[in-house]
Amino acid sequence: MLYREAGQFKTSYAADQQLFPIRQDRIGILILLAVVFLVIPGVAGDYWFSAILIPFLIFSLAALGLNILTGYAGQLSLGSAAFMAVGAYAAYNFQLRIDGIPILVSFVCAGLTAAGIGILFGLPSLWIKGFYLAVATLAAQFFIVWCLTKFPWLSNYSSSGVISTQPLIIFGHAFTSPQEKYLLVLTIVAVMALAAKNMVRSSTGRAWMAVRDMDVAASVIGIRLMPVKLLAFAVSSFYCGVAGALYAFCYLGSVEPDGFSLDMSFRILFMIIIGGVGSILGSFLGAAFILLLPVFLDIALPWAARLLGLPFSSATVSHIQVLVFGALIMFFLIVEPHGLARLWQITKEKLRLWPFPH
Amino acid sequence: MSKKTGEVILDLQSISLRFGGVKALTDISFDVREHEIRAIIGPNGAGKSSMLNVINGVYHPQEGVIIFRGQERKRMEPHQAATQGIARTFQNIALFKGMSVLDNIMTGRITRMKASFIEHALWLGRAKREELEHRKKVEEVIDFLEIQHIRRIPVGRLPYGLQKRVELGRALAAEPSMLLLDEPMAGMNVEEKQDMCRFILDVNDQFGTTIVLIEHDMGVVMDISDRVVVLDYGKKIGDGLPDDVKNNEDVITAYLGVSH
Amino acid sequence: MQFFLEVLISGLLSGVMYALVALGFVLIYKASGVFNFAQGAMVYLAALSVAGCMEKGAPLWLAIILAFVIMTLFGIATEKFVLRKLVNQPPITLFMATIGLAFFIEGLAPIVFGSEPRALDLGIVDEPIAVILDAWDMVISKFDLVAAGVAALLVTALALFFQYTRTGRALRAVADDHQAALSIGIPLQHIWAIVWGIAGFAALVAGLMWGARNGVQFALTFTALKALPVLIIGGFTSVPGAIAGGLIIGASEKLAEIYLPPVMESMFGGNFGGIEGWFPYVLALFFLLVRPEGLFGEKHIDRV
Ligand SMILES: Nc1ncnc2c1ncn2[C@@H]1O[C@H](COP(=O)(O)OP(=O)(O)OP(=O)(O)O)[C@@H](O)[C@H]1O
Ligand SMILES: [Mg+2]
Repeated sequence: MLYREAGQFKTSYAADQQLFPIRQDRIGILILLAVVFLVIPGVAGDYWFSAILIPFLIFSLAALGLNILTGYAGQLSLGSAAFMAVGAYAAYNFQLRIDGIPILVSFVCAGLTAAGIGILFGLPSLWIKGFYLAVATLAAQFFIVWCLTKFPWLSNYSSSGVISTQPLIIFGHAFTSPQEKYLLVLTIVAVMALAAKNMVRSSTGRAWMAVRDMDVAASVIGIRLMPVKLLAFAVSSFYCGVAGALYAFCYLGSVEPDGFSLDMSFRILFMIIIGGVGSILGSFLGAAFILLLPVFLDIALPWAARLLGLPFSSATVSHIQVLVFGALIMFFLIVEPHGLARLWQITKEKLRLWPFPH
Repeated sequence: MSKKTGEVILDLQSISLRFGGVKALTDISFDVREHEIRAIIGPNGAGKSSMLNVINGVYHPQEGVIIFRGQERKRMEPHQAATQGIARTFQNIALFKGMSVLDNIMTGRITRMKASFIEHALWLGRAKREELEHRKKVEEVIDFLEIQHIRRIPVGRLPYGLQKRVELGRALAAEPSMLLLDEPMAGMNVEEKQDMCRFILDVNDQFGTTIVLIEHDMGVVMDISDRVVVLDYGKKIGDGLPDDVKNNEDVITAYLGVSH
Repeated sequence: MQFFLEVLISGLLSGVMYALVALGFVLIYKASGVFNFAQGAMVYLAALSVAGCMEKGAPLWLAIILAFVIMTLFGIATEKFVLRKLVNQPPITLFMATIGLAFFIEGLAPIVFGSEPRALDLGIVDEPIAVILDAWDMVISKFDLVAAGVAALLVTALALFFQYTRTGRALRAVADDHQAALSIGIPLQHIWAIVWGIAGFAALVAGLMWGARNGVQFALTFTALKALPVLIIGGFTSVPGAIAGGLIIGASEKLAEIYLPPVMESMFGGNFGGIEGWFPYVLALFFLLVRPEGLFGEKHIDRV
């Protein structure tokens, strides 16, 4: 009964092409927005904002960026973290070197810088595919991080490339409390998620998916592979770049190049595999899952060990974490390659019929 | 079949294509007239699919000239063929598996959509308008092919016969002036074949679309095509009206010579 | 010139070490079309198994045999529980699954065998070869030379195996055509299990050499990252390609590490060490530009 779309007949294609064609979805989204914008800021504590919600939103954005490239356009990248690094350092340098540049403008410029570099490293995709390309994106991962460490100008001559971000001031208001930062990040992420949703449901997205599913057929119906692939790299890197800028400015406040490691790239990849490859919602679900799992294991494992009377070290916790990540990736790829997003959809379909299963 | 076929719009002259040591096509020439249904037949591996691939730029022949609408084409890429009005279906269905039927057919109109990704992202006037406009056209194709009921289903989940139909839909959505069909009826039952025949004839009839068709079913070929080219081992061994071809010595030996 | 040669030779020798790892990739890719990202983790697992067994008191030869058993069982398990469930999935899905597999191993191995770095003594000392040092005044490590010899042996053994045994021929048949392999009468799954066993063996050899050279530690997993550019240059399907690629990467990387930073320092100032992290990749990208199918690969046009 909760999810009955019967009786909601579309009388025009316009109605059918709304962002959320089903009324329950529209209501659900409105409630969700009300909760995240109005309720959470009132009830959550600082720990929740700075240790959970802000990183969750930022990684969702990065995962969204990777999902555009890998999930929609089918180009596997193992260098997402490097593009976040580009975003972080670019935003820092725009703030540093251009007097009076508004912080939001420097975030956009950071995204654009990342997009430019993304296009550069996306060029190999024009003549190679699949894991050849994945290996090529590793070049981006290693080269970019190395550059940020070695060219002192980029970090304003600080030691080993560490940067401390400038204060967040927008229209004269300083965003200092975790709550304010949360709202800022939330707004940016919400707007960008909406834009992504719009892109993937239009012909831009269809071109990406066509290239992903069957590139020869795509070119035969008139899609030019080069601009489509490069656009995917650009947009994806833009999203990762902005995520990186937010990571530096709104989450950590001080970052170093080595923080944007291959391991982080892998985590972002895991987010989309577990959340759902080719799903906007999946990027959020996956980010939540991958970020919360370690928190959960940290609590659950010692408890379980005590229960079973096993010896236990904190090193073991981190090994188990890695092991569980790996196992989950294989599990999801085998059992539900469309990830949590698909599970959610199935649940919705069940609810739609509930309580009468026929 | 009384129908006015027009001028030659596609002229292939001495086409040769090799893959390493394999000669897929050797010195093949034939032409296609406007509004006609031109069949290409021949035993397995004769080079039929390769011929279609040459026409729309998927393969690049080492030798030969292709003249389309009076223009000699040098090396051309598939997307250029598409913008010139050539659409195509494939022998092994080449649909976009992760997308719904509706989205697959919508991609057929992609060359006609002009809005940029920024307009899409912001869902501004033109992007929205275009989606609607083209959706209407696509719905016409869906009605034409009688696949309204499967609109929302991801194509990967459809049975083979329907997938072939959706693929035809994607090609038709482009409103092509020339349609290349690679074994559109392979693996279909009699009823599905009849439907497909009807669609092909209707397209040819209603929209005047020129059709180049590869088909193994001789009955179908003889029934619906205006002229037939016969290939064997990459060489042309016959060309003409269905009845002439049927009685051609070489063709008969080629067909009897290969055991099926 | 002396110095240049010395760098070149030590580069070539360490290239052999890369080739050892790359070989494992090639074997699995050839036979099953899987690009096994976990090969580096398998090197780590193999080395840890040896070190772990020795810690429990086993002599070296026994530890190696035990490690081989572990690697084989592990390969069979991987085939049975992961890859078999993913047949008919796109290659990229399989690739991602092996990334998961890599993490799984990297988590599991230290839980079983302990994570503290250990030395692995094979009885070969890492010292300059006296003859060469005396005659040409060049420092060429004994260890590197032995490693190169081992690699050569491994390659020869593999070549013989593929050429002269029934299983080996079946494996080659699978690489060319899955259907043909079935007609030989060996089930595909057995073949894959065997392949994973062989790849495990290759990982063991690489693990022994790398472990003896750098210690048995987590960093062994990074050998995979070294092997990837090797594969791009050599092609994923060619054993000689893996060797050639390894040599090219090893030599050029060492030379670049010595000769490039001074140039960059004179241009930009500062310190530009550590370029071996990305240099092989950038080199591989340039190779891709020229020969997308790798040095020994064949050009291929998609069929439609
Ligand atoms: N991309 C390719 N790479 C290598 N060889 C190819 C390629 N495409 C076709 N060939 C070869 O060219 C020859 C002709 O193939 P083609 O697919 O055109 O035959 P066909 O007449 O369509 O056969 P069928 O009736 O089986 O579809 C065959 O020998 C085939 O192996
Ligand atoms: Mg064919």
